[in-house]
Amino acid sequence: MKATTREFKDNARAALADVGLQTALEKMETGFVVNRANAAAKLPEFEALRDQGRDIKNHTLENLDFYLEAFEAKVQEAGGHVHWAATSEEARNIILDICRSVDAKTVTKGKSMIAEEIGLNDFLEENGIAPIETDLGEYIIQLRNEPPSHIIAPAIHVSKSEVADAFHEAHTELDPGRNLDEPQALLDEARAMLRQKYIDADVGITGANYLIAETGSSVIVTNEGNGDLTQTLPKIHIAVASLEKVVPTLEDATALLRLLARSATGQEFSSYTTFSTGPRRSQDPDGPEQYHVVLLDNGRANLLGTEVRDVMRCIRCGACMNHCPVYSSVGGHAYGWVYPGPIGSVLTPTLIGVEEARHLPNASTFCGRCESVCPMRIPLPKLMRHYREKAFEEKLSPVTERAGLGLWAFFARRPSLYRWSTGLIISVLGVLGRRRGRFRSLPFTKGWTQYRDLPAPRGQSFQQQWAARSGRRTLGT
Amino acid sequence: MTSSRDAILGRLRNSLGRDIDGEDAHGEPSARLDKHPRGIIPARVNRDRGRQKELFVEMAAAVATTVDRVETADFVPGAVGDFLARHNLGADIRMAPDDRLSEIDWSKRPTLAITSGPSAGNDEVSVTAAFAAIAETGTLLLHSGPSSPTTLNFLPENHIVVLRASQIVGAYEDAWDQLRAAGKMPRAVNLITGPSRTGDIEQTIMLGAHGPRRLHIILVEDD
Amino acid sequence: MPETRPEVALFVTCLVDLFRPVVGFAAVDLLERSGCRVTVPAAQTCCGQPAFNSGDRGNAKAIAAQVIEAFEGFDYVVVPSGSCGGMLAKHYPELFEDNLEMKDRAYDFAARTHELISFLVDVRGMSAVDATFDGHVTYHDSCSGLRELEVKEQPRKMLAQVADLQLTELPGAELCCGFGGTFCVKYPDISNNMVGDKTADIKKTGADLVLAGDLGCLMNMAGKLKRDGSPVQARHIVEILAGMTDEPAIGEGQTE
Repeated sequence: MKATTREFKDNARAALADVGLQTALEKMETGFVVNRANAAAKLPEFEALRDQGRDIKNHTLENLDFYLEAFEAKVQEAGGHVHWAATSEEARNIILDICRSVDAKTVTKGKSMIAEEIGLNDFLEENGIAPIETDLGEYIIQLRNEPPSHIIAPAIHVSKSEVADAFHEAHTELDPGRNLDEPQALLDEARAMLRQKYIDADVGITGANYLIAETGSSVIVTNEGNGDLTQTLPKIHIAVASLEKVVPTLEDATALLRLLARSATGQEFSSYTTFSTGPRRSQDPDGPEQYHVVLLDNGRANLLGTEVRDVMRCIRCGACMNHCPVYSSVGGHAYGWVYPGPIGSVLTPTLIGVEEARHLPNASTFCGRCESVCPMRIPLPKLMRHYREKAFEEKLSPVTERAGLGLWAFFARRPSLYRWSTGLIISVLGVLGRRRGRFRSLPFTKGWTQYRDLPAPRGQSFQQQWAARSGRRTLGT
Repeated sequence: MTSSRDAILGRLRNSLGRDIDGEDAHGEPSARLDKHPRGIIPARVNRDRGRQKELFVEMAAAVATTVDRVETADFVPGAVGDFLARHNLGADIRMAPDDRLSEIDWSKRPTLAITSGPSAGNDEVSVTAAFAAIAETGTLLLHSGPSSPTTLNFLPENHIVVLRASQIVGAYEDAWDQLRAAGKMPRAVNLITGPSRTGDIEQTIMLGAHGPRRLHIILVEDD
Repeated sequence: MPETRPEVALFVTCLVDLFRPVVGFAAVDLLERSGCRVTVPAAQTCCGQPAFNSGDRGNAKAIAAQVIEAFEGFDYVVVPSGSCGGMLAKHYPELFEDNLEMKDRAYDFAARTHELISFLVDVRGMSAVDATFDGHVTYHDSCSGLRELEVKEQPRKMLAQVADLQLTELPGAELCCGFGGTFCVKYPDISNNMVGDKTADIKKTGADLVLAGDLGCLMNMAGKLKRDGSPVQARHIVEILAGMTDEPAIGEGQTE
């Protein structure tokens, strides 16, 4: 997918003016946010589980080489195949080769952010294979020819009337006069349209929420059941997952599962959690004949040795974006690449480069709400700040910003000079602003005064007034 | 030419500051795989079996699973028939070829038209057995095998599961222990918590997205 | 046994110093009423957040070292801002992780540092204030104070002590107002959307006055309210607690 992260500001401005999008985003605070809070409150162990989840992931990352090899051995023991892909391109080619081996015409897909990351759909289409998204949200955005705007609710930005429009346009074999006003009618139609596609597909591709080293299983978590139909019905099941998805044992996966749905949707548990281990056994009446896992690196192995390693604990629950005031202002598409919200603001510079993604770690107030809900206790603001430092070191931030900061720091590091110069400025501003108490505009304050008045200083600084008071002790004057 | 596998593992070990082989560094993870230690288990499951059963029923109801409690397996055919009648469904049911189901005397409800085997996508109602049930979240554990086709859990619009009260455990971990005791990991292990659902259209929760619209448990109180 | 009066150094914060001195005087007053001796070290400018949050670690460290130096030897360092308080108490130690000598000093400094209201309630055990305010107010929880320093109940406890004051809780009180330091000028469109949501919530409460513990957030909210022509005013909570409300509210002109 082509990144538009450089145009973040323009994207954001367009998103803020999009009334439909704003209506959709407003629902997050009463939906996801409230539901998560309720789910957490219902489980007294929730905070302790977060600590434990962080520790499990840290332990796994510390031994990632061992657990990946253990996982691979178990997959092979169960009759499956593991493919290691260093890059997106390699992953795409591995998948294409598997599809071609059975002369695949159509491929059904469960929701997978890694498939988005490697740009799988476009690639399959270019090679004459039709990918069919089966998650309802993914199906909707595939028909609309756009990327997901949220990692667990990919079509959160789409209104029901827009879904109806997309269905009317795509499902031309149905009665054009049919009524699609209600969400239930839309769901029923999607269900009916996809049913035969599951059965006809040659290959089913899913992501994986976890890979389990103990058993060689890939795990998917869904509410719709689409992932299960995708991986059960075709001849071949391919699970595509990044390296850090591995966990040691069923118990460890369970510990993380107790956090996942509660953090994501506020459910105690998702409807379907499925552990897939190898292909169909000799006596099994159904299931795929081949089972493949594609392990994607795409820079993660190197990342493990950096300060940003904590981001590899992410379990893709989406809580950070559900709780992010910037995300809920601009939605996911404004971020311009696969992963939106706070996690995207850390992952995107990691995966496509600090310069390309410079805006994302900057577009945060560091309000800290993301970290306060992250089930893996990823210090997201700290990691965003890390990328701000990288950009500063590499002189990627705008010259005016750097110059302004340098000037400010020059004074801030010289208290006497600072007191004298700021005193001068506020005495002028104090006189100018005394009557109204605020300014509608001033030179160099457009960023502020474009939308708000600037409260005026009172003429004398606290320090000046304090020093003037007799009987008060001051130091260092 | 080094393979991507070797290259990736090499980068990982480099990032982790490990010697290339580093075998001895793996005592702890190796033991973890063997011993699979349990972590924190919610206190809500620490109760006697009877109250665990009540917790299961309560949690199942909370996710829109319906539960019909019967005294013995003899009442199962009647309960299935009642479910079909209640929802105005036909008499055809697709059943898992499972001994625990076939040993039930289905002649008690002769109107039922029972066929056995996996689903090809045209079945309205399936009847399967469960391997275990987890009280913690009202979750069923079903797994694939010769007697339990996975397609029955997902393709039909109505999924009926026959569960014995003695199969209810407290936490997921209790079910893992039973699964390990039963032999090697089955191809598919399905944790099922309520019917299929989606919130993908304007965050409105609707049932029956791609999997079953209804999940119905017939709980045989054999305890 | 008479309690000894702890020596408190007030970290004024740059915004209070330049824009709202009354907050500094109110802080001194409350600290003295809680039995502290208050000093204002002159060698303070800013906590360094603009540099720290812009990725300029070098200047952030230099400013942090300067602050730590200036506040050496006091029992406590008290800050009338959760944001600057968080910088001093949580981020200064982070800055010196690779410098053994400074690291110890930064941790010692951080351990002595408190946000003002939580200091009064949690450390000084202040449970009553001699203040009256006849008005309807609402309270915004500034992000850093709330999430970095766990300032939540303390301001409410104090406000409950103010005679005649009516408090209506602000819906979404824990949501960011969109200030975010340099964020508000770097991404003004997004910031405006956030503060617009915030002021809409404030207006819904029917309160005449919004209070908070951070001048950055207050200037942002007041600036937006005034631009929209709203009569709702904004003040730092200490102005109410110390009874220093003669000064016009933030961004209000001198009444003739």
